[in-house]
Amino acid sequence: MKQMIASLAIGAAIISAPVAATAAGHEELNYVLVSHAPDSDTWWNTIKNGIALAGEQVGVNVEYRNPPTGDIADMARIIEQATASAPDGIITTLADFDVLQGPISNAVDQGIDVIIMNTGTPEQAREVGALMYVGQPEYDAGLAAGMRAKGEGVTNFLCVNHAIQQPTVGERCRGYADGLGIELGNAMMDSGTDPSEIKNKVMAYLSANPDVDGILTLGPVSADPTIAALDEMGLSGEIHFGTFDLGEEIVKAIKSGTINWGIDQQPFLQAYLPVVVLANWDRYGVLPGNNINSGPGFVTADGLEKVEEFAGEYR
Amino acid sequence: MADTATTDERVKEMSRLRLSLMRPELGGMVGTVAVFVFFLLFAYDSGMFAAQGIMNWSIVSAQFMIIAVGACLLMIAGEFDLSVGSMIGFAGMMIAVFGIVLDLPMWIAILITFVICVSLGALNGFIVIRTGLPSFIVTLAFLFILRGFTIYIPQTVENKTIIGGIRDAAEGDWLAPVFGGKIFTGFFQWLGDIGVVGVFERGSREGQPVVDGLPMLIVWALLLVAFGHILLTRTRFGNWVFAAGGDAEAARNSGVPVNRVKVLMFMFTAFCATVFATCQVMEFGSAGADRGLLKEFEAIIAVVIGGALLTGGYGSVIGAALGALIFGVVQQGLFFAGVESSLFRVFLGIILLGAVVLNTYIRRMITGER
Repeated sequence: MKQMIASLAIGAAIISAPVAATAAGHEELNYVLVSHAPDSDTWWNTIKNGIALAGEQVGVNVEYRNPPTGDIADMARIIEQATASAPDGIITTLADFDVLQGPISNAVDQGIDVIIMNTGTPEQAREVGALMYVGQPEYDAGLAAGMRAKGEGVTNFLCVNHAIQQPTVGERCRGYADGLGIELGNAMMDSGTDPSEIKNKVMAYLSANPDVDGILTLGPVSADPTIAALDEMGLSGEIHFGTFDLGEEIVKAIKSGTINWGIDQQPFLQAYLPVVVLANWDRYGVLPGNNINSGPGFVTADGLEKVEEFAGEYR
Repeated sequence: MADTATTDERVKEMSRLRLSLMRPELGGMVGTVAVFVFFLLFAYDSGMFAAQGIMNWSIVSAQFMIIAVGACLLMIAGEFDLSVGSMIGFAGMMIAVFGIVLDLPMWIAILITFVICVSLGALNGFIVIRTGLPSFIVTLAFLFILRGFTIYIPQTVENKTIIGGIRDAAEGDWLAPVFGGKIFTGFFQWLGDIGVVGVFERGSREGQPVVDGLPMLIVWALLLVAFGHILLTRTRFGNWVFAAGGDAEAARNSGVPVNRVKVLMFMFTAFCATVFATCQVMEFGSAGADRGLLKEFEAIIAVVIGGALLTGGYGSVIGAALGALIFGVVQQGLFFAGVESSLFRVFLGIILLGAVVLNTYIRRMITGER
């Protein structure tokens, strides 16, 4: 019996060794991640898996909370609730600055560390007193895309913007132009959201400007019709083509070589990294000196295997 | 009452205990006690019963209460309003449109919104009365219509679905604090000073209590509950409400203005939804097209937990308020107790079902109905 207990203890020690090594001598840490997503939004499953994995690896408790219907006012109550339960840290999105600013600053002022992830800007995160912002700043992502495209030989470009009313999305085009070192000028096209309209506009633009050798689309809405336009004009693979976000058509086009790369904002990192950062901050007082860009993560034909393998789980 | 020998059961003497137990809100009272005992056992040291935690579930419960009072009176009058949630989103958006987009003074924006929304409530009631259709269907139509406008209007005028900046625009307004302000701030500061309530440790509000006043939201909830309770139990109009919901035809024959009662109750429900929306918009400073989703069901659930019958003619405002309290405490309490988020709704469903079953069982036991 004694032997059995001993062997069990050893077994347990071996299993829990990696966790025990990092968590040894520390009190239990509790974090809460509050998102703005309704239950029906499956994209956030990656976030749940990310915090579960981080919690397990680092040895902390992380809970996921969201307003079931996606009501931001309900989200504010959840942040207030999380604050009242006095966790060691809160990770949250800044989906509506007006609504969430108060509850988040209150949490910060009560000595709870806050990290803003996904939605919001580094400026807003600083304003509410958060430790940092972990996400994909639109301009920076565009800039990185532009610099990469420049290295790949783009000299003249078209940016297909299907969400012109959202100024933050347009920042992607501006960053891209700056990365290429070209004036944006009228290279940003207000394409609308209708697929056939987008396709015809892109075809018209490419016919009128035959020197365009690079295209950036800002998501599946503009990417899918652009792929069709290039196919129809026989230019697939001829023009350098980058896009934001991934989707079924985009993945297919990356495989076939029409699209050079897709930009993934890597939600997994937006969930995983804040947990690690908070744990190390609480345990050892160390903190990265800046915001963390979870994206742009460039997905090329070489990286597709992992994307397909972990789609919906960690990607 | 004096003659106990009489065989007429209408004047049968009942023990005082039994009389005091024969109330629709009894189930709600038992449920409230049960829920508090449950969370005292499982979430006592989670901060749920510290000042900030109490304020958290009180606010959420008060939100439910505001819409539950309207839903309760309407349900007793024999009708439903499924457009409450959409009305909340719509009312908030109207305030934003008038106050921000059209740049009217905030008190005018609020008053216009109240007029529009209460008129829409009257329209709801009028259609139900005129067509004889079930209110379930008519208000379901308004659920879609109002939600549609709530998305369409801001998108058309502002190209976005969230309109912010209301807090700044309401600065210095005389009516806005009636919905978004806080009272007894001095008292709470004193509580903070003597250490009953925690204080902020850092930042610009250092030294101020974490709970710095009683939000007007809670005051509105209590006022509406008191108003509804007195209206229902102490006035002739209250009897008409019961009569209209019990048997409308019999009520009409005995001279009760059933149509007027029902339309007024639809208007009152819309009024409550608008109060909810105004408090929310004033507190958070922005109106969003997705506000108030599913709130109509939360109101109905609170009312049913509180002992009202879905078929009308029976219920109590106090019961509905207790139902709202149970719902709010359970919803926030499950967070405090650290229930896994994906299981959260399972627990919520079980506890709600339990409350309603308990409620019905107790009522049958006490009143002796089948």
